[in-house]
Amino acid sequence: MGSVMAMSAVPVGSQRAWSSAFADLAGGWRQRQLWAHLGWQDIRQRYRRSLLGPIWISITMAVTAIALGVLYAGLFGNDLAVQLPYILVGFIIWGFISGCISEGAEVFTSNVGLITHLPAPLSVHVYRLVWRQVLFFAHNLLVYAVMLVVFPQDLHWSDVTAIPAVLLLAVNGAWVALLIGIVTTRFRDLLPITQSIVQLAFFLTPIVWIYEDLLNSPNPEIAERARLAELNPFLHFIEILRRPMLGQPQELRHWVVVGIITVVGWAVTLVVLRQYRARVSYWV
Amino acid sequence: MNVSQLAHEVSIRTQDACVDFPIFDAKSRSLKKTVMGLVGGNIASGSRVPIIEALRDVTLSLDHGARVGLVGHNGAGKSTLLRLLSGIYEPTRGTAQIRGRVAPVFDLGVGMDPEVSGLENIIIRGLFLGMSRKQMEQRVDDIADFTELGDFLRMPLRTYSTGMRVRLALGVVTSIDPEILLLDEGIGAVDAAFLEKSKKRLSELVERSGLLVFASHSDEFLRDLCDTAIWMEHGRVRQQGPLEDVLRAYKGIGE
Repeated sequence: MGSVMAMSAVPVGSQRAWSSAFADLAGGWRQRQLWAHLGWQDIRQRYRRSLLGPIWISITMAVTAIALGVLYAGLFGNDLAVQLPYILVGFIIWGFISGCISEGAEVFTSNVGLITHLPAPLSVHVYRLVWRQVLFFAHNLLVYAVMLVVFPQDLHWSDVTAIPAVLLLAVNGAWVALLIGIVTTRFRDLLPITQSIVQLAFFLTPIVWIYEDLLNSPNPEIAERARLAELNPFLHFIEILRRPMLGQPQELRHWVVVGIITVVGWAVTLVVLRQYRARVSYWV
Repeated sequence: MNVSQLAHEVSIRTQDACVDFPIFDAKSRSLKKTVMGLVGGNIASGSRVPIIEALRDVTLSLDHGARVGLVGHNGAGKSTLLRLLSGIYEPTRGTAQIRGRVAPVFDLGVGMDPEVSGLENIIIRGLFLGMSRKQMEQRVDDIADFTELGDFLRMPLRTYSTGMRVRLALGVVTSIDPEILLLDEGIGAVDAAFLEKSKKRLSELVERSGLLVFASHSDEFLRDLCDTAIWMEHGRVRQQGPLEDVLRAYKGIGE
């Protein structure tokens, strides 16, 4: 024992040192018993006293995907067997991404009690959040499994890249939540702004509309405009996971873009963490 | 108890540590003419954002075996000092160096979840205090005995009365093995018989801990648990020394 919460000493004048930023991330990771328990607790909490419990996550997802699948298949004149799996998988992935961002904006402000009463690395709250999103994702995979039975997809061995893709999403979710969390704790106006950006991004990202259909549109103007979607970073995050989950051919450029965002994102977050980590408990 | 504990000496050192709170939502103008009163820290108004200087130039050196009481008016900086010593607030100027596993007991309710059972709350609260799940499972029986909650431990915490919650929280807190124990007062709302019982457990906890800092307004409690004391005033250490000396000086000023 003793290692669980061995409050690393704060060495002289090291408040804004790289070592304390990394110590925060590592120290939080060591307390995984705590955040894993809390993340799971959050999910059970939400469905407490309901008969089906967390299965409601899957049911809600299934209902939304089926309703929108039928609607948009009708609107765009697509085959339901294409449109529905596309929307379902897109929704599951988007649920993870938007969860990390919008809940990330409140990751510290919603834990004021814990932050001001118990000394713990900031990253504990972030890991708890990402873990909760991973658990939501896992529940939604149930719906995905049912979908595979109803609408079999052409899956290959190469589609195991879905696993590193999920890991990449989680790694990015962590820096996004950490960065947005610190910034919104200081500037509270950013919270509503973040929420509206997430909502807007949902419509800008090919989740209900099929990107490739627009690219191959007979109307050259639409095809040209559709290319702008490549500028949307969310597109690449969705694509690295949606393509293997639907057994579609994969494209390297999505992985490259996601890789660059991961590195740059973490670099920026580490700088912010180094500068402002110690200030968060003052700001909450 | 184990190697990692022997490897480092439990200690707290601060050197000219200051804690300044920026108050972003207060209008600096309206605070400009605020005069320093008896209650609270200093409010500086020179900068754009008003700042509450909660702690000023705190230099402390506490070692293994220290039993320190904290006295002072409301708002003199006792709670902030405890948070500085626990590492929650890192000093805005000066340094603070904390060696050892900190168990802060500022608020018995924090980290408790009303929707889950008492048993589960024992585990959660223990995890927050730096224990492992296994260690807490070993302590459950002991805590159940102490709290006398019986079958209620299987009920959700929201069904508990205030006193029952305090019992549960005290049971958990007093079952841990802290290296540095930081206690804030506010341990009330229990019936007299239970208070007697918890006093014994509290002093046992204090004996197990390597270092104690205890903020209280109760002389009786302070005499039970501490041998030295720090008197805080306006965010500064006014006096530090043997408990009785400090208490006498503190009371003398108050009268």
